[in-house]
Amino acid sequence: MNHLSEEQLVWHYYGEAVDGAEEHLDSCRECREELRRLQMVLNAVSAAGEAERGPDYGAEVWSRLRLTGHPGRRSRFSWRWLSWRKPVILAPLLAGLVAAAFFVGQRYPARDQGPTPASAQANVRERILLVAVGDHLDRSQTVLAELSHASPEGAKFDISYEQKAAGDLLDANRLYRQTAQRTGDAAVADILDDLERVLVEIANGPATVTPEHLEALQRRIHDQGLLFKVRVMGTQVKQRGRIHDAPENTKSL
Amino acid sequence: MEEADAAAVSRALSGDRDAFRVLVERHSRNVFRLAFRMTGNEQDAEDVVQVTFMRAWRSLASFGSQAGFGTWLHRIAANYSLDIIRQRKRRDGKREVSYPDGADILESIPGDAPGPERLAHSKRLRLAVRAAMEELTAQERTAFVLRHFEGLSIEEIGANLGTGTNATKHSIFRAVQKLRRALEPVAGVAR
Repeated sequence: MNHLSEEQLVWHYYGEAVDGAEEHLDSCRECREELRRLQMVLNAVSAAGEAERGPDYGAEVWSRLRLTGHPGRRSRFSWRWLSWRKPVILAPLLAGLVAAAFFVGQRYPARDQGPTPASAQANVRERILLVAVGDHLDRSQTVLAELSHASPEGAKFDISYEQKAAGDLLDANRLYRQTAQRTGDAAVADILDDLERVLVEIANGPATVTPEHLEALQRRIHDQGLLFKVRVMGTQVKQRGRIHDAPENTKSL
Repeated sequence: MEEADAAAVSRALSGDRDAFRVLVERHSRNVFRLAFRMTGNEQDAEDVVQVTFMRAWRSLASFGSQAGFGTWLHRIAANYSLDIIRQRKRRDGKREVSYPDGADILESIPGDAPGPERLAHSKRLRLAVRAAMEELTAQERTAFVLRHFEGLSIEEIGANLGTGTNATKHSIFRAVQKLRRALEPVAGVAR
């Protein structure tokens, strides 16, 4: 009697039609045993390969995307944050926010005085700032991720969208880095410094790159562990922002 | 679901961002699940989710409703996951699969062993599965995940990968073969 081949057993397991498989299995103990072993392994794979996200996950994803413009029109796509296109508008707004948070944080640093109106106000401002930095890192992460894993299929690869996004992120990045340096937050400042170098390279490079150029860029992102650092710092900053919800917690950036 | 998706896509195309939000909220968990199965890494899976919706938004005008929005999204996610796996393999080079210590000993532990032994067994099995999946080529892994977890037909997988029926079937079969060889000792499958 010819036994079923391993391939036939695999297709039988996946419900594909295999001529005569059912009949053979009914009468062949050896093949039934072989099928049982295959099932055990594939069931183990099924059980091991799971990771779940909660019911609010979709809302979290949406909050990070923040789309504006019309879909399918690449040139008009941007995130809400990036829709502040002109640095001339963006910079003073950010600077104002950063300066206010910095000033109030310096002026009313006392943590033991309870939630006075001034400290509560400072708390709110700093929380806004932390949330803004967290958002900035989220957006930077998406640009880095897209470039980091891109696989060019032809001789040239169009990164004009990422370039535009990097250029816009760069303005905000400088302000956040300077603020972090002023307030002595070395960890945040260091990450923003590393990020800035890469953003500069992307923003000022060609809009269409060769596979070699892209690979060099990817190596740079990877060798510095930049994507991972940005991701971790983004999470930490957002957590700090949430801690600021509690009135007794007032920290500078 | 597909009719609701088609209506939401239609509204999103006319500029209704809330309609796209509905699609993001509806499909994010599934996209994450697929991305995790393919990349085997939560952070990479998070990246896949972000980039998938970003790309979907950008190219929504090219979405053909005949495929179903979920299927279309999965195709974007699978392609991007494939890019990540290829990048990772290129960067890390070929690595030896390192099974957890004492893999052979696990054969003596019955599958329904109680308490700590069972937990330890599950953990080692999970690690072994992850290591074995890492050893698959990007194409084998994608084809296997799309078949085993997502239940896609050979033709649908071929369309995702840009491969013909025979090549697609071969990729799935090779993946199963490799997984069997690697996992049978750990899963306690006696010969």
